[in-house]
Amino acid sequence: MLVDDLRGMFYIALKDLRAYYFKPPNISWGILFPFAFILAFAIRNPGDLRSLVPGLLALTVLFGTSSMEAIVIVFERRIGSLERLLLAPIRLPALLAGKLLGGMTFGLTVTLAVLLIALSIFGGTETNWLMMALALLLSATAFSSLGAFVSVAVREVFEAQTLANFIRFPMMFLGGVFVSVDSLPAWLQVIARLLPLTYSVEALRAALTGGRWETVWLDLGFLAIFSLCLYSLAEYTLARRLD
Amino acid sequence: MSEVIRVEGLTKTYPLSKGSTPLVAVDGIDFSVQEGEVFGFLGPNGAGKTTTIRMLTGLSRPTSGRAVLLGLDLSRDMARIKKRIGVVPETSNLYDELTAFDNLIFAMQLYGVPRSERKRRAEALLERFRLSEKRNTLFAKLSRGMKRALTIAAALAHQPPLVFLDEPTTGLDVMSARNLRQTIARLRDEGVTVFLTTHYLEEAERLCDRIAIIVKGRIVALDSVSNLKSNAQSAGTVTVEITFSDGESGVETRRVEAQDVETAIQTALAQANGRQMVSINTLRPSLEDVFVKLTGLKAEVMLVEKGGKGGGNAGG
Ligand SMILES: Nc1ncnc2c1ncn2[C@@H]1O[C@H](COP(=O)(O)OP(=O)(O)OP(=O)(O)O)[C@@H](O)[C@H]1O
Ligand SMILES: [Mg+2]
Repeated sequence: MLVDDLRGMFYIALKDLRAYYFKPPNISWGILFPFAFILAFAIRNPGDLRSLVPGLLALTVLFGTSSMEAIVIVFERRIGSLERLLLAPIRLPALLAGKLLGGMTFGLTVTLAVLLIALSIFGGTETNWLMMALALLLSATAFSSLGAFVSVAVREVFEAQTLANFIRFPMMFLGGVFVSVDSLPAWLQVIARLLPLTYSVEALRAALTGGRWETVWLDLGFLAIFSLCLYSLAEYTLARRLD
Repeated sequence: MSEVIRVEGLTKTYPLSKGSTPLVAVDGIDFSVQEGEVFGFLGPNGAGKTTTIRMLTGLSRPTSGRAVLLGLDLSRDMARIKKRIGVVPETSNLYDELTAFDNLIFAMQLYGVPRSERKRRAEALLERFRLSEKRNTLFAKLSRGMKRALTIAAALAHQPPLVFLDEPTTGLDVMSARNLRQTIARLRDEGVTVFLTTHYLEEAERLCDRIAIIVKGRIVALDSVSNLKSNAQSAGTVTVEITFSDGESGVETRRVEAQDVETAIQTALAQANGRQMVSINTLRPSLEDVFVKLTGLKAEVMLVEKGGKGGGNAGG
């Protein structure tokens, strides 16, 4: 049965990537959107562009993984093709994991492209690659789970976009992308600490600037916890939606 | 193992909102399907046909009752059952974004058909369903009948010994429906057990070894087509078809139904109005008569049935 689940997971991800993710509009949105935001900010607040790179990366992972992921499940449920997966000999957690894997693969591919561009401009001699890899991977897992949760929580495709943005935009402004969390008022800092993006930006900043593992473990740990909670919540919600 | 499906007291209750009484969609049905049989589920809109299929295929949890498929218990062995059944839902639901060929390949990937087999089988299925020309066409771009055919092909791709077909031919033109019926008949020849639902009486009559008539969640009759018909005959009505001619151009055929042949003929002759009787036939009861009798549903319902898809459920 485990073999069935793993195989199903792999092929579901592959199918989603081909059918939905690697399509021109989705690719360009995945890259353009974070760039546009960072550029808009940089123009208004000229300064150390380099310090914006971790935020840019985190935003790219966030939008790259969750934009399509938030739509995919509700879309397939609406048009009925989700039933094909439910009829297949694959257990629900594996089905959902396949959906997650699709979003993560796409998000990480786009982010890697952005990372290469950023490094070629700013140089990356201080980069801790292992830390970078872990930070990107756990960020992608957390945001992909977030996307999946959004997708199973709503009934209509347009609701998914609304709900996803309702969650993502506050995160963008509080998560340390543009201004550091420490400079926020205390009560906003409390909220920022409840958002996965905050930990993603922190871990990525540390990875780019040769930060110390002692603090980054905590960030990575939180991202793992967010992933687990959001994934479980998504699975629970999906199981209840069926039937 | 000769019994492929055994169902006992299967029930599905949907809770209704706002505290009204819950809806009993399927109400304690019992039946069994033998290996190699084409078993038909016939009933009006909302009778509970789709709900039954959804329960038997693991898409919906039964409220109560028991079912054994292929020797495996539904409540315990769903994962193993799923590998060995093929399901064609009410609406064709393959992926718009994939080609006909890729849809078949993905269906096989999900069921663990070995890589070396997939391509060959996909080509063979396309051939069989007359879709070879559409191999590289996106599913979205196929006609309704082609979509239906491909959806059936995808359900057969892992070569399941038991296949569920929910209204396979609804909404198709005469030729496509005929082609699909031939395919279904061929499945039987290959020893595949088929469970199908339909609104079309002739279809059930032509394809099915046995038929269950389901009304409001209950099975009201279950037998072979010929037994159902002879029961209907012994139970009552006779139909006489009589054709009159006025000697020149006008020919009119009338049907009269009555308790016995004599009354029927007399009633028919009374309508002659001085014209000449050209022919007279007593008709054996059709499955339609059986259906009307057993369901208590009269002509207007049948018209909806025959006009294609009545009701608006797109298979939720
Ligand atoms: N998900 C659901 N929630 C609530 N009620 C439902 C649900 N699905 C079906 N029903 C109800 O259950 C009853 C049986 O529906 P079902 O779809 O099984 O009928 P059917 O025999 O397949 O009809 P048709 O010939 O129109 O396809 C209907 O009254 C329907 O409204
Ligand atoms: Mg139905």
